[in-house]
Amino acid sequence: MNGNHEEVNIEGLLRADRIPHIWCPGCGLGSVLRSFLSALIKSELPLDKVAVVSGIGCTGRTAGYVKLDSFHTTHGRAIPFATGLKLANPELKVIVFSGDGDLSSIGGNHLIHAARRNMDMTIICVNNFTYGMTGGQAAPTTPLNARTSTTPYGNYEIPFNIPYLIAAAGAVYVSRWTAMHVRRLEKSIIEAIHKKGFSFVEAIAPCPTQYGRKNRQATGLTQMNYYRDNSIINHGADPRDVGIELNGPINVGKFVDIDRATFSDLQADILDKAFPPESKPQTETTRT
Amino acid sequence: MKYWRKPLDQDKVKPVHGRIHLLPERCKGCGFCVKFCPRDVLEESERVNKKGYHLIDAVREDECVACGLCEAICPDFAISVTTEDEMESTSV
Repeated sequence: MNGNHEEVNIEGLLRADRIPHIWCPGCGLGSVLRSFLSALIKSELPLDKVAVVSGIGCTGRTAGYVKLDSFHTTHGRAIPFATGLKLANPELKVIVFSGDGDLSSIGGNHLIHAARRNMDMTIICVNNFTYGMTGGQAAPTTPLNARTSTTPYGNYEIPFNIPYLIAAAGAVYVSRWTAMHVRRLEKSIIEAIHKKGFSFVEAIAPCPTQYGRKNRQATGLTQMNYYRDNSIINHGADPRDVGIELNGPINVGKFVDIDRATFSDLQADILDKAFPPESKPQTETTRT
Repeated sequence: MKYWRKPLDQDKVKPVHGRIHLLPERCKGCGFCVKFCPRDVLEESERVNKKGYHLIDAVREDECVACGLCEAICPDFAISVTTEDEMESTSV
């Protein structure tokens, strides 16, 4: 991938032979992907130092559509792979682009532990409240009382409030936008990319085929209209108050923006103490 | 456009006009661009593409100010906007 920013446009960052993509008409994933790509161009990062990692699911297809170094991992293991990538090559800017099911359910442990360690990476979590690809089963993000194919009378499991979970686990940057807020989402992704540490952007996206249809929002457009009418921009809100209810308001905005030592910094501190610089050449030879 | 007073720099500032370009084979007719265009430039048409999705038409293209929201919100990378200046510079 070339690092020349002058000539790169969004079309140049897509694998044109794979487009049109598999996402349904009315799905918001394309809008989120577009915001991400345009944020990447505006962030002026050298593109040969960017790696995109995604897991399984509709959102997981992203890794195959971007013409960057990308990897499509096994289910839920996008973050462990990204952690390894970052540790092996600290120069890389690692971006995990995956869905709510992949990140918060199957990969839930990895998500909270990467946030706890404050690994230097950016997570873009596309939340469509369901497992879209496998047939619309109830996910840990499905709001209470929402109908899905496995909860036909309404969901009775209390869902995750992902920004709260991530903020509590120790992320330094947490924000939430919807697929309708394309420009704000783009700005937020730029901020997250430049933030040192574990930065997390939740993008709420319509899934008309599997989620909307069963919850009286039959088209992507209905869901986008719902986001437009019910989103409340609430910067700096306490993450514990931003849970999502069925047909309730959606709090969006930047919730957390703090500074904390990253995993790599702390690791370097400890290793410098254990192996003072004068003895370093020796330790490097013993390690290799 | 009607102003409540005459802007002082009205002669110098030229409003930008955009041109809409659609890749018909990519459009899936979701209608996001039609709904969210702030100037109501676009409308769903009777034309269909190979897959049977209804395409969009730029019926009021003169109104377009090249804000680029349709381009940004299109989930299928099907629509793009250029300004008239860009068109001139590329055609030369």
